[in-house]
Amino acid sequence: MVTLTVNGTTQNIDADADTPLLWVLRDHLSLTGTKYGCGMALCGACTVHVDGVAVRSCVLPLKAAEGKRVTTIEGLSKVRSHAVQRAWIESDVPQCGYCQSGQIMSAAALLGTNPSPSDADIDAALAGNICRCGTYVRIRKAVHRAAELLRGEKSP
Amino acid sequence: MSAQGSDFPPEVDFGRRVFLQRTALVGGGLVLALALPPSAGGPRAAAEARGGQLNAWLQIGADDSITIVVDRSEMGQGVYTALPTLLAEELEVDLSRIKIVAAPVGEAYVNALNGGQVTGTSNSVPDAWEKLRKAGAQARLMLIAAAAQMWHVNPSECHAVNGKVVGTQGKTASYGQLAAAAAKLPVPKDVALKSAAEFRLIGKPLARLDTPDKVDGSAEFGLDVKLPGMLYAVIALSPTLGGKAASVDSTAASAMPGVRRVLSIASGVVVVAEHFWQARKARDAVRISWDPGPNGRLDTAAIRALLDKAATTPGASALGRDEVSASLKTGNAAEALKKAAKTFSAVYELPLVAHATMEPMNCTADVKADRCDVFVGTQVQQMAQSAAATAAGLKPEQVNIHTTLLGGGFGRRLEVDFVPAAVEASKAVGAPVKLIWTREDDTTHDFFRPPAREEVTAGLDEKGQLLAWALHIVSPSITARFDPTNKNPFDSVIEYAQNFPYAVSHFDLRYTRQEIGIDVGYLRSVSHAPNCFAIESSIDEIAAAVAKNPLDLRLELLAGKPRHTRVLKLIAERSRWGRPPQGRYQGIAFMEGYTSYIAQVAEVSVEGGRLKIHKITCVIDCGQTVNPRIVESQLESGIVYGLSAALWGNITLRGGCVQQRNFNDYRVLRLNETPELDIHIIPSDAAPGGIGETGVPPVAPAICNAIFAATGKRVRSLPISAHSLA
Repeated sequence: MVTLTVNGTTQNIDADADTPLLWVLRDHLSLTGTKYGCGMALCGACTVHVDGVAVRSCVLPLKAAEGKRVTTIEGLSKVRSHAVQRAWIESDVPQCGYCQSGQIMSAAALLGTNPSPSDADIDAALAGNICRCGTYVRIRKAVHRAAELLRGEKSP
Repeated sequence: MSAQGSDFPPEVDFGRRVFLQRTALVGGGLVLALALPPSAGGPRAAAEARGGQLNAWLQIGADDSITIVVDRSEMGQGVYTALPTLLAEELEVDLSRIKIVAAPVGEAYVNALNGGQVTGTSNSVPDAWEKLRKAGAQARLMLIAAAAQMWHVNPSECHAVNGKVVGTQGKTASYGQLAAAAAKLPVPKDVALKSAAEFRLIGKPLARLDTPDKVDGSAEFGLDVKLPGMLYAVIALSPTLGGKAASVDSTAASAMPGVRRVLSIASGVVVVAEHFWQARKARDAVRISWDPGPNGRLDTAAIRALLDKAATTPGASALGRDEVSASLKTGNAAEALKKAAKTFSAVYELPLVAHATMEPMNCTADVKADRCDVFVGTQVQQMAQSAAATAAGLKPEQVNIHTTLLGGGFGRRLEVDFVPAAVEASKAVGAPVKLIWTREDDTTHDFFRPPAREEVTAGLDEKGQLLAWALHIVSPSITARFDPTNKNPFDSVIEYAQNFPYAVSHFDLRYTRQEIGIDVGYLRSVSHAPNCFAIESSIDEIAAAVAKNPLDLRLELLAGKPRHTRVLKLIAERSRWGRPPQGRYQGIAFMEGYTSYIAQVAEVSVEGGRLKIHKITCVIDCGQTVNPRIVESQLESGIVYGLSAALWGNITLRGGCVQQRNFNDYRVLRLNETPELDIHIIPSDAAPGGIGETGVPPVAPAICNAIFAATGKRVRSLPISAHSLA
């Protein structure tokens, strides 16, 4: 049994310690917003936050997440209200949508540490997230917009 | 009249609605009844108590809910927004009110342009264009007629606006109040449709209906399906394409935690466990001895040699089955080439390319004694039903196909090879089973875009005018596998080439079918891409040979074709053709395809042999757009997809095994590698053309033509990364 906090709730997971966090989230906790794409940390579809940092959950063994605070796309906000989600909706970023949870989690982590990212910052932070529909142009635009929204939120 | 009869509470959003649909189906078939064509009778009566089903695509609830059955699969191309837009335009309702359910298998849902319930060939909108607007208009007239009856007035005194019928003296009735009565009325035959000037929704950049659920993780893909008591499965597939398991020792795997069953089936060895990861680990513990089958010695060099041999010695194909050769002629190219003052010849080569959808293949099946439910992201519902029925030992009508969202299709989900294994596993263990392919399974067992060898021969007169243009394509056939009864000696392999747009008196197109031992498949834009590569590269080479501007030569050869010409003139303007920034070079490519006209200009630099693609400008005339925002997305999408294929797309074989396995060795474009994309859509009220695949083909020739402008080097084979540009 491994204990961790997922989206603010303490969870005791009965799974082999080497089970990647991705499959714990999906199969044990029914949090299917986090996707499987490659299983080798190559595509970013499985990106979640572990203690606030963007992590590829497909290669993180459950044991390594013990005692940590995990946030998935389902826990990013209550009603799609995170600035990144709002910017994503405004720009109609998703197409098939399969990679978008990972894209959004990577973007949210970036903005958590860098409130005004440049194109180069965005490229660096999201280069690990593949989108086969090619939504990249709108992703870049939406990250800038989310940064704007966040700055707006913080100013009185 | 309020909410009592609603199947779909208004607060339920899309992802959960799919879940409700399933619950309803498993529970008692509510939504299946909804989706039956009106002639179905029995279930319709039940539907009336809850409002009314006005046709195969539209259910209006007594609570004013409007549910549209979408009969094309949503794989990112926007049909869950575009198709409802068509119906809503004539129905006179706002898009925001609409709920969507995926269509089951049904006659009403056949794509008339494809002859089956198929999402492909970039024709979802062209097929639906008249059909769904008519369905919306008929429903509106039935609602008006119901109101007129209720008020004892003439229908001509009533009109529809925003989900209501308005009569004289301020009388109004909501669609929900009228739906049950309207559904009983005869369907009007001849209906007048709005003119383009009257459109409220069509042609407007409205927000996609599927976006909200795709930003909070609630959108449900095949991989996300969960049924009570469901088990998980993985499959061990033969490493050699076409091989079989000769012997299987599952002793160790069967003893591993959570493992329920190890099952040998035709397509491989399936491991069923309580959780995916248990099944995935146990698969490694199954000891399988593989019989490599007939492809044990197949490799990339052998495939190339086969195509070369077939090109130069007709009839000499070693692996050809039912080999056909055929030709399509105008004039007499052979004679014209003999007389030509100058001839040009080049061979263009295209490798095998993988689809690489983000969501690997997967399927969930629940087999019972007399029915089977299959939850799958598929582009071909009827084929999935048929494959599942065979695997389950049931009749097709006992199989219910529940189409989930697709995590990319690109033609890969026109195949149902992964469906039977899920069905067989569910049948064997007596529980619902979700079978998931790993990324490695997906990359190595794709139905790749066929390799092609395309030889162009052209002749010019003494003034440099194009006299003759001939193309000889050597490639395996996809059509032959999908339609073995096809009597046409040509198949999808000649598409676009058969409509060679440039003016030439002598034209010759030959196809030599050369099979390569493995099955190949339809990949986004299919043979438009290889043929556009050959055509557009050759036109560029001819321009260079006669020292003409490549744009001017194209305009000259397309004279008198207004839509072609307009696209080329606009791209010259928007790309600042001939005036690139310092150190950058331009290349152009054009295509007419999917009833659309498209041109792209690539702007590149090559420094120290290193290629950088700075910008791609794209102009399209795709007729009337239903949603320009989605058209723009789809063009960006096609360009990004085309860039991956052009730069790196290359599946190689060794000993019959695919050598690429994951995104580390099958490289695709990333955000940091994406050039500036500048898309222009020409306004038009011509019938809508296709846009899903149209953006892909011009990418490779535009880049290669730009590389020539930059370096003088001709890249005649893909991928570009295989060439040294130093």
